[in-house]
Amino acid sequence: MTDNGPAAERKAAESLQPDVRDALKRLLYRMADDDLIIAHRNSEWTGLGPTLEEDIAFSSIAQDKLGHALGLYTILHEELGEKNPDAIAFGRSETEFTCCHFVELPIGDYAFSLVRHLLFDLADQLRFELLEDSSFEPLARLARKVKGEIKYHLFHGATWVRKLAAEGDEESRARIHTAVREAMPYALGVFEQVEGDNHLAEAGIFPGEAHLCELWSKAVAAIFEDAEIPMPDISTLEPATGGRVGHHTEHLAPLLKEMTEVFQIDPSAEW
Amino acid sequence: MKRVDDIWKALREVMDPEIPTVSLVDLGVITDVSIDENGGAFVEMTPTFAGCPAMDYMKRDVERKLTELGFEDHTVEMNLRVPWSSNRVTEEGREGLKKHGLAPPARFEGVLELTVLNNTACPNCGSTDTELKSPFGPTLCRSLHYCRSCGEAFEGFKPM
Repeated sequence: MTDNGPAAERKAAESLQPDVRDALKRLLYRMADDDLIIAHRNSEWTGLGPTLEEDIAFSSIAQDKLGHALGLYTILHEELGEKNPDAIAFGRSETEFTCCHFVELPIGDYAFSLVRHLLFDLADQLRFELLEDSSFEPLARLARKVKGEIKYHLFHGATWVRKLAAEGDEESRARIHTAVREAMPYALGVFEQVEGDNHLAEAGIFPGEAHLCELWSKAVAAIFEDAEIPMPDISTLEPATGGRVGHHTEHLAPLLKEMTEVFQIDPSAEW
Repeated sequence: MKRVDDIWKALREVMDPEIPTVSLVDLGVITDVSIDENGGAFVEMTPTFAGCPAMDYMKRDVERKLTELGFEDHTVEMNLRVPWSSNRVTEEGREGLKKHGLAPPARFEGVLELTVLNNTACPNCGSTDTELKSPFGPTLCRSLHYCRSCGEAFEGFKPM
């Protein structure tokens, strides 16, 4: 093997200071939990999409997100000594999850799911772009991998939001505008400040949620301008926070119950 | 004594489980092949899409092929050392995609602009007077298109 192989990576993770290591775990958990939960929500459109193409699109995006969650849980397992991905995804209690409230919300109408998918994927893409240069190589590699996939998600989301808001009729425009108003405070909760993130910035692993939020706000403004959607003044909004410390909406518990139902029958089963 | 070349040759016979006209080598998912001093075979693979369920089958098929070749001691590792890109699909692979009715992915340099999907060449008649119906298709790696020239719907293998 070349010296870029897995052995070298494990050494890289082992050499991290304990506080950096803990902060890195928290970053990986919240990213993976967001991807897992939004994957489950998006998959709820399977069989119910407004058109066959949109049914397939939401199902495909869900499958990609599940792949990204798996990639992140795998890093936690292989590099940082956490449990295996199935045990992490299906074996934890509600308070152990650190997903944001935004991904927990029910699918609502198609306009809400579409706007959520666009706003979330934009944050996800910008985050992975920052992580491409991360000093923690396993995460940098995964980031380089998944950004090509998320590019398709954004292409899909931005195309439909523009179609419905700028080129649609009064009803489609009104529905998108309502969805944006509902989604925005929750979307800001993606960037909830997490204790210990300063260690990640110092170690060159991740520059931080505030920086990401700034990049995201600018990118949202550009997309909204193109789609003729008024940009809300986000400084006046109260972000929906608490998810990163295990405080969740009433929607997460029923979702987890449904998602883990089969796994819980026999957690040691081989599939 | 089997050599590294024999492994590459054998892997050209292992086809994509969902696109039986394209080998894993031509798909670009085999990133390294070596034989260690004790005669053990090592094959490194990179996934096309992070959530592609076919990757497990591909890995299993490679393991089977190595056993068939006589390598009882073998390791197949899936990792992201070399990220997959559709530019890794060989000329032969592109022909194989067409044979299966799929438009090959547009080649690109630097940053890929997804607007290239709007005029994907129709694998049936070759026309580029086509439109993208959806960037998502029946599998993660495919998109849906319509050819205005021959009036056929077709699928494309996504550039990435």
